[in-house]
Amino acid sequence: MNKLIVSPSPHTHSGLSTAQCMYGVLIALIPTFLISIYFFGIDALLVTTTAVIACLLFEFLIQKYLLKKAPTLGDGTAILTGVLLAFNLPASIPLWIVVIGALFAIGVGKMAFGGLGNNIFNPALAGRIFLLISFPQQMTTWPTPAPWGASVDAVTGPTTLNILKRGNIEEIANIDVINTLIGNSGGSFGEVGAIALIIGFVYLLWRKIITWHIPVSIILTVFLFSFAVTIKEGLEYAIIFAELQIFSGGLLLGAIFMATDYVTSPMTRGGMILYGILIGIITVVIRLWGAYPEGMSFAIFIMNGATPLINKYMKPKRFGEVVKHG
Amino acid sequence: MKTFKIGGVHPRENKITAGQPITVAPLPQQAVILLSQHIGAPAQCIVEKGDSVKVGTLLAKANGFVSANIHSPVSGTIAKIDTVADGSGYQKPAIYINVEGDEWNESIDRSEELIKECNLDAQAIIDKIDQMGIVGIGGATFPTKVKLMPPPNMKPEVLIINAVECEPYLTNDHALMMAKADQIIVGIEILMKAVRVERTFIGIEANKPDAIELFKQKTQNRKDIEVVSLQCRYPQGGEKQLIDAVIGRQVASGALPVSTGAIVQNVATAHAVYEAVQKNKPLIERVVTVTGKSLARPGNYLARMGMPISQLIEVAGGMPQDTGKIVLGGPMMGRATANIDTPTGKGTSGILVIPESEAHRHEPSPCIRCAKCVSACPMGLEPYLLSKAVAIGNLEIAEERNIYDCIECGCCSYSCPAHRPLLDYIRQGKGKVMAIMRSRAAEKK
Repeated sequence: MNKLIVSPSPHTHSGLSTAQCMYGVLIALIPTFLISIYFFGIDALLVTTTAVIACLLFEFLIQKYLLKKAPTLGDGTAILTGVLLAFNLPASIPLWIVVIGALFAIGVGKMAFGGLGNNIFNPALAGRIFLLISFPQQMTTWPTPAPWGASVDAVTGPTTLNILKRGNIEEIANIDVINTLIGNSGGSFGEVGAIALIIGFVYLLWRKIITWHIPVSIILTVFLFSFAVTIKEGLEYAIIFAELQIFSGGLLLGAIFMATDYVTSPMTRGGMILYGILIGIITVVIRLWGAYPEGMSFAIFIMNGATPLINKYMKPKRFGEVVKHG
Repeated sequence: MKTFKIGGVHPRENKITAGQPITVAPLPQQAVILLSQHIGAPAQCIVEKGDSVKVGTLLAKANGFVSANIHSPVSGTIAKIDTVADGSGYQKPAIYINVEGDEWNESIDRSEELIKECNLDAQAIIDKIDQMGIVGIGGATFPTKVKLMPPPNMKPEVLIINAVECEPYLTNDHALMMAKADQIIVGIEILMKAVRVERTFIGIEANKPDAIELFKQKTQNRKDIEVVSLQCRYPQGGEKQLIDAVIGRQVASGALPVSTGAIVQNVATAHAVYEAVQKNKPLIERVVTVTGKSLARPGNYLARMGMPISQLIEVAGGMPQDTGKIVLGGPMMGRATANIDTPTGKGTSGILVIPESEAHRHEPSPCIRCAKCVSACPMGLEPYLLSKAVAIGNLEIAEERNIYDCIECGCCSYSCPAHRPLLDYIRQGKGKVMAIMRSRAAEKK
């Protein structure tokens, strides 16, 4: 007989691993990936591949040669950072800029803080914001989508958010909501297909990889807040305006896939809801009154920074805290 | 369907011995009787080497209020009074008996006849339970009489029978319920009389539909006993979780469970109470689930206490080639042991033989703050934070975040995708924090 192993309880495990969680998120992103290739063609594929390879490479180099640890590429976190970074970029972005974004995401966003689990900010988001500030022109030049990527040489068009920002009521009323739902609208290529993103959301909930708290509180807050500030223009317009706020820009991608990043979001249900509400408010404030048309990245980024504080004050409900006798 | 309100997990049930009737295990050649088979002070040995004993002879007397009598489970001669390594590997005092025949004390009624009438008053019942060495045999082995005598300011209102058996693999309670339903119900009536309550709930998880059906049928004409079927969720068999699930009251931190008005007793304990009070039979044998994926004959064995676990594994088909770990109890809260000569005791609900392929822990990776441990914790604690606080030696944070509430159910470690040994740290820190709290309280006095 073998030597008997002795260890403290429990002697069994759910079987869920970090890698499975990460690959689960990647699977949830497949519909979005397919729709972005359909509308933005080979460019979407190239940007994603470049970002993933660059993230893996930088993670490997830093772990092996700077930290002198065994590389942990297999956990899927670097791949996920690469995919999420790519999905937050315009399809037409030069690939060398993508590589710089990946270096910032992995090198500064993740490894400088101590690697997986220690970073304060979502690495992909850090990479995107770095690129937005460093390369404002390339980062806001959006190719017009067209089926099977016919847009390669097409002129760049305004995004839904640009139109919303200009605030011309007639122009806004002309936006086809259906196009924003299926992804036939301008923007970063991973953020335009609302339906595909929602399919991913349902998958994540079903696999119990994330809970509903963060995405739903963000989406509801954005809807109610933008509805409230436009209600003076009439009910119908306010509804369309609020709807478009949700289906345009990085809102769904951010709410479902970026704000729910385990490491940088709160630990308790109450904390998650507070975090979501604040992201929603900051997003709408930036979108309507800030200098940028899009506020989602900044809102998540700011709230990433507030997460340790939320964790400190939002405690879970303890057993026996409210003793009901009667 | 009812369940408790905070946290919990649903591990794979793996009840491979479900539906198997109770098989009587053969007697060992030598029985080894530990003097501490219960929580509290070890019993005091009253026999000497060379004494001959019968089944039921008192071997050791309870030593204090929280302690229990221990009776001989076999007949024969005391070979020596020495020590034996218990499940945790420590040498503990034990009585070795060479088994000769199977002669029972005449006072024990060994007939199968069901005796329903019990004319004893509450105190006499409790004395009898005390005398017969009955302890909670769900696993905690707390002396039953102590639980039946709550502090005078707390009045029990209901009795809750714990027939949950939420630990994966274990089916000993299930088998007993199917075989001894009438006896269990009489045992419940006796317990109700002992604590002077008018109402009992029997909590059974939904994965035992036959037991739910049987007990519903046996109690259908009465208002005082009600079967409550519960959603399968671990750790529902925990006393606090069960009270919450059944009557919706939560025990306050640090308070006695009886402060909610509920007294919880395990279903097998109710059966032991029946045998003690009605049949004069001390707690000398119990059903042990001997199980594991590689065992040839896993089953529910009625075994005398004091049988080395290696012999019970022999009965179940012998030690499999691929054995990697042996656990006393279930996989969530049971204790792994390297000593296969350790004897069974009153609290041995199961012997789980885990194959080598499932016996190893995974290498932990960094915490990714997925919050699964927070959602899983049935006490509403933050295991990730507590384990970190203990790891860096900050016991102030651990205390401030209520580490002492931990019931060590293991839901956090079970659900951690990074395979972090959360409970290892918390268990350690909890011990230290509670020691600090005790010394602080002592200083105040």
